[in-house]
Amino acid sequence: MLKLWSGACAAALLASIVVFVPNANAQNAKLNDAQIAHIAYTAGVIDVKAGKLALKKSKNKEVRAFAQNMVDDHTAVNDKALALLKKLKVTPQDNDTSKALAKQAAAETATLSKLKGAAFDRAYAKNEVAFHKTVNGALQSTLIPSASNAELKALLETGLKLFEGHQQHAEHVSADLK
Amino acid sequence: MRETVSLPALTARSFLIGAVAGLAVWSVVAAQAANIIQIRMEKVAFAPAEVSAHVGDTLEWVNGDFVAHTATARNKDFNLNVLPNKTGRLVLTKAGTFDYFCRYHPQMTGRITVTP
Repeated sequence: MLKLWSGACAAALLASIVVFVPNANAQNAKLNDAQIAHIAYTAGVIDVKAGKLALKKSKNKEVRAFAQNMVDDHTAVNDKALALLKKLKVTPQDNDTSKALAKQAAAETATLSKLKGAAFDRAYAKNEVAFHKTVNGALQSTLIPSASNAELKALLETGLKLFEGHQQHAEHVSADLK
Repeated sequence: MRETVSLPALTARSFLIGAVAGLAVWSVVAAQAANIIQIRMEKVAFAPAEVSAHVGDTLEWVNGDFVAHTATARNKDFNLNVLPNKTGRLVLTKAGTFDYFCRYHPQMTGRITVTP
């Protein structure tokens, strides 16, 4: 019964991100770099937290290796993002999308926390597939095209390549658990 | 013949033969010397993605990205974890074609063709 990031939740989240697309040309609606950075950073923090939870709860070797890589990669990307923002003298701006992401993540963490053993592993892996799919879709359709600064755009593009890898990796882990 | 100095395996005897036989012997010695072949891990890809090598050669993966990558053989013959800005080395001990990928970012794929 656990749909986690998939299904309605992910669709609602995705909608909250892509809602900016139709208004992309409208001056007031377009995401600025400070907001884009905050959304990407928030997504990273969410996945680091999920990875740490998995390291605490899972005993499955493959799940643990994946979770450790999520913690390492997303921490590395976020460190790069923070360094870039500092260099550009940009302060990340909280916004409706990053708020929706954080709220959704808190609910998913609560759900995952209640699970144990193989049920946790399966739910975590499935969640990771859906989460990366959602974030990658948002990066591709909205965040990267909207980014003004070339360095931020380049970092988001590198992030997208890494996260596409994570999605494939999560799909492998998820398939192996079935 | 200054370049022969850089080859430690070259003995006085082979130096003499080399001096007599000239370039023919030089090419034989060069063919037998083990090479180090570099493969970069950059922008979430292996470059070059395909390399040819000989048994005895060493492959050296140089990770220029800010995250860790692996060079993992599909047939499980090798599995190197290469941290950011570090290198990982593998001495080739058998001939064959080896397909490999990065476990963390499976869209990174490469192929090594090893001849005797």
